[in-house]
Amino acid sequence: MNTETNELVLDNIDVTFSGRSYDRSEDVHALSKINLTIKQNDFIVALGASGCGKTTLLNVIAGFLRPTEGSLYFQKRQGRTKTKVATRQEIVKPSPDRGVVFQKHALLPWFNVIENVEFALKLQGVDRIKRREIAEEKIVLMGLEEFQTHKIYELSGGMQQRVGIARALASDPAILLMDEPLGALDALTRETVQEIILKGWEKTRKMVFFITHSVEEALFMATRLIIMSPRPGRITHEFKLDFSKQFLKGVSARKIKSQAKFIAKREKILDIIHSDAT
Amino acid sequence: MNSFKNLFKFNVRSTTGSYGVPGEGNSLWIAVGSTVFFIILWYLVTTPLLMPPVVDDESITNDEEVVVEEVIEKVPLIPPLFLPGPNAVYDKFVILLTEEFNGGTLFDHIKWSMFRVFSAFLLSIVTAIPLGLLTGLNVYFKGAFDPPIEFYRPIPPLAYLPLMIIWFGIGELSKIVLIYLAIFSAMVINTRSGVRSAGLEQIHAAYSMGASKFQVITQVVLKAAMPEILTGMRVGIGFGWTTLVAAELVAAQAGIGAMIKGASDFLVTDVIIVGIVVIGVIAYAFDLIMRYLERIIVPWKGKMT
Repeated sequence: MNTETNELVLDNIDVTFSGRSYDRSEDVHALSKINLTIKQNDFIVALGASGCGKTTLLNVIAGFLRPTEGSLYFQKRQGRTKTKVATRQEIVKPSPDRGVVFQKHALLPWFNVIENVEFALKLQGVDRIKRREIAEEKIVLMGLEEFQTHKIYELSGGMQQRVGIARALASDPAILLMDEPLGALDALTRETVQEIILKGWEKTRKMVFFITHSVEEALFMATRLIIMSPRPGRITHEFKLDFSKQFLKGVSARKIKSQAKFIAKREKILDIIHSDAT
Repeated sequence: MNSFKNLFKFNVRSTTGSYGVPGEGNSLWIAVGSTVFFIILWYLVTTPLLMPPVVDDESITNDEEVVVEEVIEKVPLIPPLFLPGPNAVYDKFVILLTEEFNGGTLFDHIKWSMFRVFSAFLLSIVTAIPLGLLTGLNVYFKGAFDPPIEFYRPIPPLAYLPLMIIWFGIGELSKIVLIYLAIFSAMVINTRSGVRSAGLEQIHAAYSMGASKFQVITQVVLKAAMPEILTGMRVGIGFGWTTLVAAELVAAQAGIGAMIKGASDFLVTDVIIVGIVVIGVIAYAFDLIMRYLERIIVPWKGKMT
């Protein structure tokens, strides 16, 4: 039995973008007092109106952006009750322990599918045979084995995103950060890729931080759903959900999404978001 | 009628049909057609086929025999002094291949001109591309080198030709430097804007995969810049050919520009046209080679948005 758990802690994160140095009124308070602990096996979905700081928060976790105040760190807990903190590792810059999937795939067009997935490992100096092996495994996980040697621009949008996810998984990150990865896809492809992501998540057991605009997607995917609100960006609500677990137990996605419980939750969340926006 | 339509359908076949990107499709046959059209037009206006001469009525009464001869001899629309016909130019071309004109056969002229243009081109590649990368990657380099390059870039090479001659003499150096300067600015500017091609998300992705800044530059930014660097090379060599005649105006032993200059001194129009066509054909052929290389080196160009 694993006696160690890993979690990612956001401790009072505050981000302010300063406009002009002599005029504080131009400052944009993007994130205010974000406290969030992402535990192992958490699939966190962040939902909220445009401009509520979802992407800023993701950039902070990824290490692309340093918070103005507060800190964030990985924390390992030990012992049977998991109360003892063993190590803390501050997050100060981007690193392969946090894989990122972007809204637009951000793949490298001069590489083919498998070379893109291998790229992370190449950067980290993994030897050729080993990295091909890992890349193939991730490609199979995303159901792309027939497209290994295809050029990126020959793939459909859904496949490109799956390559992006395979690439982020290649360096075996502790957490996967996804910034509206399915936003650019059509509804049908979107549902297919949602299912692929959930199945992949079940197999890899990564922490996931997933941003979306779609309430239905949020409800279906999340184990924990956080709702953010703008000016300043902050977390206003959190829900624990189990629709994704139902799906992984074998209930069909359509059936889950047409449950009365699912629809009631959806309406409730839409209410919250609309009242936030006004 | 139907087969006529099909001819055009074949010509402008496009992968995405009628609602694709405007301007997409294979234009090879149209290009061949337009070339043939212009050659025929050239032939028609320079060959005494169509236009009867203007007959002066009074001259008929004065000397009938002479006038009758003039009526029979037709005159081309444009006289050879202004524009010799394609066959005359071709004949001259064949003659120039073996006989010397203004210091050498056509081969000698081509050899010298290509030597100058390609020396300048290679010199530009090894200097302009690194400088373009540095100005793109570093604000200090950008600040330092932008003003001089942007200042001299729009100045016609003929304007600073005298300076080149005063500084570098009338030998090969001043000619190559003049062409080099024309190529250099185009290549620096294209390379610099190429550095901006990599998307922020691609750069972020590389960092999040554990890349160092050096790796981001060498493995992402430089590769993403390749299409524009190649475009810079194409545009640059174009400027090189444009500047060739100016470079060879003064004291060139041989060269196509020098040949044209010599021919213009003696109003040998057909040699001028041979020179123009030769420059055009060489430049176009080289551009086709560059486009072919582009397809091999940067096959993704224009396919990622």
